Amino acid sequence: MDIRGRKVTLHDMSLRDGMHAKRHQISIDEMVAVATALDNAGVPLIEVTHGDGLGGASINYGFPAHSDQEYLEAVVPVVKRGRISALTLPGIGTVDDLKMAVGCGVQCIRVATHCTEADVSRQHIGMARDLGVDTVGFLMMAHMIEPEQLCKQALLMESYGANCLYITDSAGYMLPDDVTARIRYVRERLKPETELGFHGHHNLGMGIANSLAAIDAGANRIDGSVAGLGAGAGNTPLEVFVAVLDRMGVEHGVDLYTIMDCAEELVVPMMDKLVRVDREALILGYAGVYSSFLLFAQRAQAKYGISARDLLVELGRRRTVGGQEDMIEDLALDMARAAGKAV
Amino acid sequence: MTRKINAAIIGPGNIGTDLLYKARRSETINPVWMVGVDPASPGLARARDMGLKTTADGIDGLMAQAAADDIRIVFDATSAYVHRVHAPRLKEAGIVAIDLTPAALGPYCVPPVNLRDHVGRGEMNVNMVTCGGQATIPMVAAVSRVQSVAYAEIVATVASESVGPGTRDNIDEFTRTTSGAVAAVGGAREGKAIIIINPADPPMIMRDTIHCLTDDEPDQEAITRSIHEMVREVQRYVPGYTLKNGPVFDGRRVTVWMEVAGLGDFLPTYAGNLDIMTAAALRTGEMIAEEILAGTFTPSAS
Repeated sequence: MDIRGRKVTLHDMSLRDGMHAKRHQISIDEMVAVATALDNAGVPLIEVTHGDGLGGASINYGFPAHSDQEYLEAVVPVVKRGRISALTLPGIGTVDDLKMAVGCGVQCIRVATHCTEADVSRQHIGMARDLGVDTVGFLMMAHMIEPEQLCKQALLMESYGANCLYITDSAGYMLPDDVTARIRYVRERLKPETELGFHGHHNLGMGIANSLAAIDAGANRIDGSVAGLGAGAGNTPLEVFVAVLDRMGVEHGVDLYTIMDCAEELVVPMMDKLVRVDREALILGYAGVYSSFLLFAQRAQAKYGISARDLLVELGRRRTVGGQEDMIEDLALDMARAAGKAV
Repeated sequence: MTRKINAAIIGPGNIGTDLLYKARRSETINPVWMVGVDPASPGLARARDMGLKTTADGIDGLMAQAAADDIRIVFDATSAYVHRVHAPRLKEAGIVAIDLTPAALGPYCVPPVNLRDHVGRGEMNVNMVTCGGQATIPMVAAVSRVQSVAYAEIVATVASESVGPGTRDNIDEFTRTTSGAVAAVGGAREGKAIIIINPADPPMIMRDTIHCLTDDEPDQEAITRSIHEMVREVQRYVPGYTLKNGPVFDGRRVTVWMEVAGLGDFLPTYAGNLDIMTAAALRTGEMIAEEILAGTFTPSAS
């Protein structure tokens, strides 16, 4: 693979996707310390919100240690070189949340929908565009549909005003060829000035390989997470990816040693449990299940004595999508009853 | 044959057509007009085939004929945006509007919870909240009538096939209106609503999860009894309203998981979200019709 001389924009997820792995309990001090270190390393985009995006604070997904506004008001002023982004999922967050985030100084809004449902994002993408911020359409669980279908959805988001589209492997299910097929097909059909990105999860250990495949096929923005702090087995580990990109001669603007130190000294000590491809994270990738289901399935296992692996496989078979965390306890109750347990 | 009250349906899409199927079985509502804006609309053609008068001239087409046909009740199944235009026109003409959009101009109506509160109030515009609201607010109310609820949150998961362009284009209206009614009608101090659209094929039946946080330790026995009673109330007009799991009690959290299968009139049974909306709207219309027939309510422009 020759991607020497290509320019990519790296986007850190540790303070948003990483919120899943931290049950949304990252402290303000931790946020500020990590964001400062990432900024010093030259990471151009840093995402900050509840793991499920703006307005994600809920019984269903977990109440965070602080509100989105408190996090943003603390982090935005300390980031001098880079920009802060915020994620929003229509159906969970509203345009009011989006306006609040831009009011706090967020310069990039990413509007996420399930890969087949782009038409719920018109309002939010339009509003972000009207507010003059970098506007990204983010198609989740993109492994579930073929490149042709995915492209139709990407073009819808582009038509609403997104200046960048993301192919998102929320389940960490894709293999490099799956990434190549999707990125290449969509790249050929978007306007030349529209950017294209890839967001990976490391559930099958493919974070780096898939992100390279994405660049090779035409993506110019890549999400990763310092120390891999993210849902499931985490996102593409950003410091590893930076080292690989250095070796391959890709221009990214991030200082390897600074981001390595951030991973080792700040982020790994923050982890409740080492983020790695453990048994259940592996099953997420193997069965094609939304990565943030991981801790919910493990908790259901502890409460109802049902194997988290069996739960996740069945949730994959039922073709659940992002946000359906409520179905995990529901299924655990059904399975416990079927197993003759008193529930 | 007993007397019926003449009604019109605006919006010949999925909701309007399903409502028409149900209204044709009503003992108090007589659907006379189906109103659309597209002459080629299959919904208008279907209504014509069923013997209804139709117009593709929208509210203007209806208003030209409403008095002559003694239309007293209009079901508006368009969009929040369009209903805001229709509402003053209907009010001027002394026609009661039952609003199936999330415009929420009039008071919220969730039949098993507050239909009786609307009796005798002479309201000219009532709002049916949202499909998610109709499916979940009865459960919030079932908890809040036992003890105070600090916070209630609902998650409505619906089949992609059952979500029309109006909802998709303004999904925030769903979120806001449902959250507002979870508090206002459900009786929680604070409400939150989440909607998830699932494209699985074959389509999934509507699922709703309702979480309540009570102020004090939940009275498990009383809440469980109240929930089962409320499920039976809803089943009187939506037989496919089923308690799948719960109530589960976890500290102050009370959670129930519902499934809502529709009657399969016009829409497939998986679209319980649309069925519960049309069934609730018709039930509300029938109550208003009964009042008109009994002479206790005379809709008027004033």
